[in-house]
Amino acid sequence: MNETIETILSKYPNAKRDALIPILQDVQEVEGHLSVEAVAHIGKYLNLPASKIYGVATFYNQFRFETLGKYHIQICRGTACHVKGSAKLLDAFKRELKIEAGRTTRDGMFSLEVVACIGACGLAPVISVNGEVHAGVVPDKVKSILKMYREKDANNE
Amino acid sequence: MYIEANGRQIEAKPGEMVLDALNRAGVKVPTLCHMAGLFPSGACRMCVVEIEGMNGLVPSCAFPVQEGMKIKTHSPRAIRARKTIVELLLSDHPDDCLYCVRNKNCQLQDLSEELGVRQRRYTGAKSECNIDTSSPSIVRDPAKCILCGKCVRVCEEIQGVSAIDFAKRGSKAHIATAFDMGLNVSSCINCGQCIMVCPTGALRETSNIKEVMDAIHDPNKFVVVQHAPSISVTVGEEFGLKPGTDSVGIMTAALRRLGFDRVFDTSFSADLTIMEEAAELVHRIKNDGVLPMFTSCSPGWIKFVEQFYPEFIPNLSTCKSPQEMLGAIVKSYFAEREGFDPKQIFSVSIMPCTAKKFEAERPEMGRHGIADLDAVLTTRELARIIKMRGLDLNDMQPQPTDTPFGERSSAGKLFGVSGGVMEAAIRTAHYMITGDEMDEMQVKDLRGLNGIKESTIKVAGIELNVAAVSGLGNARQMLDDIRAGKKQIHFMEVMTCPGGCIAGGGQPVGARLDAIKARMKSLYEIDRDSLLVTSYNNKYIKKLYDEFLEKPLGHRSHELLHTHYAQRDVLM
Amino acid sequence: MSNIVNEKCCDACEHEAEKPCPDLIDCLTGAKKCHDDPACIDERNKEIARLQRKILDRPAIFIGTGTCGMGAGAGKTLAKIKTYLATKQIDADVIEVGCIGLCVEEPLVDIQLPGKNRVSFKSITADKVDVLLDNVFDGMIPEGSVIGQFRNGTSGVWESVPFFDEHPFFARQTRWVLENCGIIDPVNIREYIAHGGFAALSLALREYTPSELCSLLEKSGLRGRGGGGFSVGLKWKLALNTQSDQKYFICNADEGDPGAFMDRAVIEGDPFRLLEGLLLAAYGIGASKAYVYIRAEYPLAIARLKKAIAQASEWGLLGRNILGSGVSIDVVIKQGAGAFVCGEETALIHSIEGKRGMPRPRPPYPSTSGLFGKPTAINNVETLANVPAIVAKGADWFRSLGTNSSKGTKVFALSGKINRTGLVEVAMGTKLREIVFDIGGGIPKQKKYKAVQIGGPSGGCIPESHLDIDIDYESLKTVGAMMGSGGLVVMDEDTCMVDVAKFFMDFIQRESCGKCIPCREGTRRMLEILERITQGRKSEKGVDALERFKGVMYLNRLAEVIQDTSLCGLGKSAPNPVLSTLRWFRDEYEAHIYERKCPSGVCSELLTYSIDSSKCTGCTVCMRNCPTEAIMGAKKTPHYIITDKCIGCGTCVEKCKFGAVIVQ
Repeated sequence: MNETIETILSKYPNAKRDALIPILQDVQEVEGHLSVEAVAHIGKYLNLPASKIYGVATFYNQFRFETLGKYHIQICRGTACHVKGSAKLLDAFKRELKIEAGRTTRDGMFSLEVVACIGACGLAPVISVNGEVHAGVVPDKVKSILKMYREKDANNE
Repeated sequence: MYIEANGRQIEAKPGEMVLDALNRAGVKVPTLCHMAGLFPSGACRMCVVEIEGMNGLVPSCAFPVQEGMKIKTHSPRAIRARKTIVELLLSDHPDDCLYCVRNKNCQLQDLSEELGVRQRRYTGAKSECNIDTSSPSIVRDPAKCILCGKCVRVCEEIQGVSAIDFAKRGSKAHIATAFDMGLNVSSCINCGQCIMVCPTGALRETSNIKEVMDAIHDPNKFVVVQHAPSISVTVGEEFGLKPGTDSVGIMTAALRRLGFDRVFDTSFSADLTIMEEAAELVHRIKNDGVLPMFTSCSPGWIKFVEQFYPEFIPNLSTCKSPQEMLGAIVKSYFAEREGFDPKQIFSVSIMPCTAKKFEAERPEMGRHGIADLDAVLTTRELARIIKMRGLDLNDMQPQPTDTPFGERSSAGKLFGVSGGVMEAAIRTAHYMITGDEMDEMQVKDLRGLNGIKESTIKVAGIELNVAAVSGLGNARQMLDDIRAGKKQIHFMEVMTCPGGCIAGGGQPVGARLDAIKARMKSLYEIDRDSLLVTSYNNKYIKKLYDEFLEKPLGHRSHELLHTHYAQRDVLM
Repeated sequence: MSNIVNEKCCDACEHEAEKPCPDLIDCLTGAKKCHDDPACIDERNKEIARLQRKILDRPAIFIGTGTCGMGAGAGKTLAKIKTYLATKQIDADVIEVGCIGLCVEEPLVDIQLPGKNRVSFKSITADKVDVLLDNVFDGMIPEGSVIGQFRNGTSGVWESVPFFDEHPFFARQTRWVLENCGIIDPVNIREYIAHGGFAALSLALREYTPSELCSLLEKSGLRGRGGGGFSVGLKWKLALNTQSDQKYFICNADEGDPGAFMDRAVIEGDPFRLLEGLLLAAYGIGASKAYVYIRAEYPLAIARLKKAIAQASEWGLLGRNILGSGVSIDVVIKQGAGAFVCGEETALIHSIEGKRGMPRPRPPYPSTSGLFGKPTAINNVETLANVPAIVAKGADWFRSLGTNSSKGTKVFALSGKINRTGLVEVAMGTKLREIVFDIGGGIPKQKKYKAVQIGGPSGGCIPESHLDIDIDYESLKTVGAMMGSGGLVVMDEDTCMVDVAKFFMDFIQRESCGKCIPCREGTRRMLEILERITQGRKSEKGVDALERFKGVMYLNRLAEVIQDTSLCGLGKSAPNPVLSTLRWFRDEYEAHIYERKCPSGVCSELLTYSIDSSKCTGCTVCMRNCPTEAIMGAKKTPHYIITDKCIGCGTCVEKCKFGAVIVQ
């Protein structure tokens, strides 16, 4: 693990505090989350207290401290999506996956997250699964979307 | 320049903030997050005032004065805003003041009273919080936290530790260690300065009152108590005495009434520390030992070095701190002399310090499974048990301290202020090297509230560069300078808390700067008026060496009075 | 234009990589020639015409692959097009363009055949590709899927195909900022230059001092498009006039308003325009380093911007000694990590510095002490995208459009209950009614208009009675809204305004940084007050009703104090959605509070569902679809709903073909 972090840090020679967020983003990109070890390591490199790094990481929506499921479902809760019924869509996902937003299913397949706005308001309500945007998702489609990803996984796509 | 406040002209200095000008003119505007001398955070919004020509209310702590500006500090609008803010804070506060350690000494409570809050206007869910009792020194109760951020700032900007910071945001925002772990496994050095700035009861010391009271009431225990040099000039404040009043006699009387079997003075063992430490310094100088040597009586500082600057561990004096030295002597020499089994003795110390609680729990601080000390109380806890027992310092007759550890030199008493250890050590080291007394005992350079004080002392042709540092942010700066070769220091005293133990994390909460100055002055006056100003002239110290320890750095000293340190791996 | 970057175009040319020619851009576009080799000029003119697609030597197919397009399936469409061309062995250019703004009709595909006008087609999902291409290559334009043909200034008009600029969505727009979006290849600097790009930068570096540039902007009347509407020229001047060894310019592309996506569309569709605006801005304040602070949620925009930066620096248009002017400006991308409050300038600065994005008190303003303590100016994407045209065409040109106080155009993101969702750019002073009904095509399903929410969480809702206001900064304030970044979310009769207010309060209290007490605690309590209003009788206990009324009593007072005392703009404007809905839709609040009813049928806890046994046929559809098994009944006999089990999700209403489910 230290090696991957070293590789990332080596991209930031003579880094100061302003490199913190990019480094955290890079580490999360590779490792899927921010571990205690990673934070300690970054702290030593940037000469920053771990409490500060934790403070920064918990401030922003992007960072997490646990690994995500294989498929990361983001439900857009922007205004347009809300007006078009994203609250019910979210409820449908919660019901179907039997998890609350911010959680991962037991089999590690799906993580459910609420995001502020994906910026595709013209296609509301939208969701994004591993970065793939689905437009006009009504609660009815939830089952089929989940099924599609389960099949995808079974076929190792 | 002049500004107008509530129709009255007041003087203002260009560049200063409105609040500063108002405060100087005696106009009281409440604040919860303001810290003198630090950049305004503008978080609490309590200090909002109306300024003519400005749209919204303006936080006076963060708004610079302008010539001729017209300010209303207590307009209905400003008062309504303040009251609403307090009501909002209370809506997410346990409001169980009767159960709170800070009852009657709480800024939130005071403001609520001043602003006439009489109903729970805003109600709703309260934040879910867990009390952190993991630390031997400090208890954090986030439920009572109003997120003023002062603890974070003092930890970072004054102490250079940064064990805590804000985490998350919005209504989930809270103060946290890294990964919300317990304080005990964090980089917290237990100094308690966070407690001193906390406006509410969100931070308090870990209380050891119960253990002490249990021991006092246990007929099989012989309970001895020692009090640190600074306690006698601060505890009186809890009973309405003027800051700096030396109440050593009445405090001794009170301690006896509380049921302690012996009352000793830690200043005695401060003299002992000086004997050992001065000898160690002389030894290091004569034998090319590791220099600079750092004092070791401030446990926050010790943990700080162990965590952040392990390469400087060899520089730390191996002397235990005075409370531990006395603790060790009590359970050896004293126990032997009085015919007690050391296990029968329950040894308590009254300290101005929360880190001392941590220090007493260090496994190195004891022998054969018997701890040198059994419980540490802060000044505040002492006041609490005195009150609990129905006593008042105001109607007590002074009594003398018990022997054989009752007599102290005023050098030992100086341990209570920043620079005092250094001064005391120099007096003795000079004698040890030259065999002569110093002409001028007081070292003026090392006195006062400055965070970094330096001086050069000539002893027998040797020039000794000495420094006294308080506040670990300053210590950090010195260590970095020493490491970089920018400073040539031979001997450095470090006290964790700014100003030294008189402003320690166990002292009465809410003291202002003038109170701290008065405490300092009082200790200097004790030294000025004392007939015994050097540790080596303390006859009980001599007796202790003659009867038991033999000589400084001797075999017994090594076993009882010295210790060792180790690098600590905590998440920093 | 080949190799002009590093090599001379002909012997007379003085341009070299080491000693860049200040006239490079003019020379390339034929505006001004510093030398006159006829062959060389001819070659360049031809190249420009090709890049402007005035002449074409083979068919060109354009596909909108912005985020909206991709969401609608443009990725599959693109693949299909490529397969089609490969199979049929047709030699054609396939160009990925940004979003032209008509999101509702995505995926959009344009086709231009040599000698003919470019035609735009709508809703071209992968399955429609074969038919479309078969038709067009055969010279036929399928009527059903055409949006319109572009005017090219040359011949090649398609008979009986409507013109693009006559389409109701586009006809009333004034596309200045969005000029190139969806038209040109966003990551080809040559196309941008051929369309007039970098002429402004070239001009400014040659002819204007920074101070003159600031004055020009001030004179143009351009105001910040992000929220406050502060004069751009004035803001630059403040930073310019602060002495410092180092200054910074920051482009705020952290478009956090839910319901706004114009910045994303501009970066995806025309990144060079932003870059040019940013370079001009940095030059204007004397900054040698510029940051683009962009949301990490916009991966495509980031990728395109990165490409644009790489090309521009390859061309010597950013970096050291730009166009031989001696001016050096570096541009750095910083990815935000997701915090709405980072739209506030001091919070944004903290975020770039690697800190928690918490605002700090001002003064000192960023113009005196900003990023790393140095003078800093900040503008958002749309603002900066306006700058190149102003510099190129002059302040008077810009001033000619708009109202007294607000000049130029404004881009709005139309979404919600409206037929044509998408991105529109209109002149300041356009009536709101025109945007919603003429451009946006009104409300779907013959529903009644209720309100339009403008300005995001800091803005407000505008009712029918004020639809005729001329949109500008000031007029919006008079009706309790604000320009904000320009999200326009349309709401119809099925939208509950109390629910909308609750939605925004929920958003704000989650996004509050937590620093100042009124915002942190106050927004949370406001949300709870609204929650109590919308909570149902079922869950309400005796004391709850009292709390509900008490909350309502103090709602206004609380809102005022939050506005009056909060540290930053987010907090100060946090109560707006509540105050605005209270102002215009008080009756809805009253229905919730006193009658305990949600007139729009949204607040599920206030609704009771039952089945009209006279209409129910017992088809079992509702029963099978009910997520909580709250519906019972035998086949072909009327069903009934068990109220205790019902969660009010409304599925049965949607599923019932006979209108048998009654909602009360």
